[in-house]
Amino acid sequence: MCHDGTGTYKKFPTDCGHPAYEEKKFGGTTYQTVDLGNIARNIKKSSRNTCGACHFFGGGGDGVKHGDLDSSMFAPDKSLDVHMDVKGLNYNCTVCHTARSHDIVGRKYSRAAPNTHRLALPEDTGLRIGCENCHSSRPHKNNQNLNDHTDTVACQTCHIPYFARGGIATQLDWDWSTAGKHTADGKAIVKKDSDGNVIYHTKKGTMAWGTSLEPEYAWYRGVMTYIQQQDIIDPSTVVALNRPLGSYADRDARIYPFKVHQGKQPFDAESNRLVVPKLFGKKGSGAYWAEYDWTKAANKGMEAYGAPFSGSIGFIETTFYSPLNHMIAPKEASLACGECHSRSGRLAALTSFYLPGRDRSGLVDALGWTAVWLSLAGILIHGVLRFILKK
Amino acid sequence: MQKKLQLYTRFERLWHWVQAALIIVLALTGFELHGTFELFGFEKAHTIHMYSAWPLLVLTAFAIFWHITTGEWKQYIPSSRNILPVALYYIRGIFRGERHPFSKTRQKKLNPLQALAYFTLKTVLLPVSLVSGVLYLFPDRAEAFLNIPLGLTAVTHTAGAFALVSFFIVHTYLTTTGGTLLTYIKAMITGWEETDE
Ligand code: HEC
Ligand code: HEC
Ligand code: HEC
Ligand code: HEC
Ligand code: HEC
Repeated sequence: MCHDGTGTYKKFPTDCGHPAYEEKKFGGTTYQTVDLGNIARNIKKSSRNTCGACHFFGGGGDGVKHGDLDSSMFAPDKSLDVHMDVKGLNYNCTVCHTARSHDIVGRKYSRAAPNTHRLALPEDTGLRIGCENCHSSRPHKNNQNLNDHTDTVACQTCHIPYFARGGIATQLDWDWSTAGKHTADGKAIVKKDSDGNVIYHTKKGTMAWGTSLEPEYAWYRGVMTYIQQQDIIDPSTVVALNRPLGSYADRDARIYPFKVHQGKQPFDAESNRLVVPKLFGKKGSGAYWAEYDWTKAANKGMEAYGAPFSGSIGFIETTFYSPLNHMIAPKEASLACGECHSRSGRLAALTSFYLPGRDRSGLVDALGWTAVWLSLAGILIHGVLRFILKK
Repeated sequence: MQKKLQLYTRFERLWHWVQAALIIVLALTGFELHGTFELFGFEKAHTIHMYSAWPLLVLTAFAIFWHITTGEWKQYIPSSRNILPVALYYIRGIFRGERHPFSKTRQKKLNPLQALAYFTLKTVLLPVSLVSGVLYLFPDRAEAFLNIPLGLTAVTHTAGAFALVSFFIVHTYLTTTGGTLLTYIKAMITGWEETDE
């Protein structure tokens, strides 16, 4: 699949990476049978098309899941991605995502990539490529101050100032709780915004989209924790389905950019656990997309999953973090100092360390300004007295 | 009787004015970096701050060398002798048009209050700012070798800056208290001061 030179390999949405082995219909699009033989005969070096066929459509559509991988990356220009720029470096995915990292020429092993968990391809057990492998961790020739940042700030943080910059919207919010509405005569509803993004779908609920977005930032050492179905959640808060691990004290962690996807999804309101509802199925099977009943769908789904369900459905708000690694902007577009070093800049939420321009000691500032104002008042009074009393 | 006294050598004057200019620029850009106001933008402010910090360090090294080799450092030894009359002069006498109780000589050009002020400047205010400034230039090493976190360095540096600004305000005002408003400024430019007596 990764080496499909025909460009016909297309994931069937919801089939988790498998193509349509038979002709299938989904959401009004017919997915042609994929001729695996034809693909096999046209094998060439894997290109962005082959990897992109899956990864640009993660989450069920173009740019849905990732904010930095969408169909605009088939042929990006330099302003979108300096490495995959078709008129410039024109890197394939595999230049960076190589099974064995030493295949790459021109790399400098000045410092190991900051991540302890190194993964390039699913089947890869070797190194995980990082920007440092090619650029070193002190890549700025004329600006040592920027190099001093690389032990706390990830390259991606400064070099991906905005994500979803290619004009393809990425999904930001998916509220399942509004799903199931029909028109008065019982038809499914599909609403799209002016750019053609689905903002309401009877099967899926309400969705929100965006382009050219500011990332959110978190300490990250390349490892995420994920909530498991059996974990007890607190429905009064927003539940983080996954969470980047790391902190200021953690030497391997860096401030990293993320797309944070918001969601609202069903859960077991009695046991406070996530539920896995059955979505697909014929009428009578309990599948949500046939009967639009969350309780039935959860009952069936959890039965198949093999875990108990109390029968009581609620909805919780969730977040999901996706790290951003692509759409590296030209150097001129890098994040400006003031975006971070200001009172309410992009790092306002990361408070565990001193950031010049943002932080200060309230006591020192209070005493300092008192001294300054007292000095000014003192000389003013002294000067006025001198002036008056002289005559 | 009017008397002309050479108080400041060429080096002293050069040092004084360059130091003054650098400190003004450093304070301006420094408080911008502190987030107090926006003037140049963070990046430019940082660049200017760096381009002023290094010359100030070099200049300070020269000044220390000069003070030691010329023995002029002794001018700054504070003493309590006569400090009261001088203090009283600035609180009271100056308004009554009294004469300054201290007469300058080449050997003793600082009145006891000045000596105390400049002694504090040179042993506390400037060292606090300069040392914390050097640590700020190498925060990773300060943290690794001296166990000083960036926050402590930064807050100390800010405190030093506030003290210097306050010093600067009073210092500038006191230059106007000579025979005329500009007597002392002129002296620091030409090196010569006209004193009566
Ligand atoms: C058949 C569809 C498919 C193709 C083609 C494909 N991938 Fe994947 N890839 C997946 C799936 C599924 C996963 C694992 C699920 C996930 O994390 O998204 C994955 C995971 C990955 C990961 C790890 C993701 C992580 O979370 O750390 C990388 C990196 C990756 N693929 C790169 C590539 C590259 C490079 C190519 C082209 C050479 C490629 N993939 C081609 C489906 C595909
Ligand atoms: C300039 C180098 C570079 C190129 C080119 C590149 N990637 Fe990546 N990619 C990275 C880095 C760095 C990471 C982060 C790896 C890590 O977390 O250690 C990454 C991570 C990923 C992940 C995992 C994302 C996640 O959510 O965790 C996927 C999937 C992926 N890349 C797919 C692709 C695809 C598809 C292409 C081609 C269109 C591509 N990459 C091209 C550098 C690159
Ligand atoms: C496979 C090697 C490789 C990897 C991995 C890599 N780069 Fe590059 N990068 C290059 C080359 C080659 C150039 C072009 C030569 C140059 O400008 O130094 C370049 C150029 C750049 C530029 C300058 C663009 C401009 O405007 O001229 C930036 C910024 C950059 N890379 C950032 C990154 C970041 C951030 C990462 C990690 C996500 C990364 N690179 C990963 C090879 C790589
Ligand atoms: C604090 C923000 C910041 C971080 C962190 C950062 N960069 Fe940069 N980078 C910039 C800026 C701003 C420029 C453009 C101005 C300049 O070159 O001085 C730049 C320029 C570059 C260039 C162009 C070459 C050059 O010397 O101008 C490359 C390549 C690059 N960065 C790679 C990286 C890599 C790789 C990392 C991670 C090891 C990284 N950067 C981390 C801000 C950052
Ligand atoms: C992505 C946000 C970000 C950007 C952009 C950024 N910085 Fe920083 N800066 C930081 C963080 C985080 C620290 C580290 C605090 C620490 O290490 O404890 C820092 C620290 C510093 C320090 C303190 C000394 C040091 O190296 O730790 C200086 C000075 C500084 N930055 C200047 C700049 C300048 C100048 C620019 C623009 C060219 C810039 N920064 C851009 C986030 C940023």
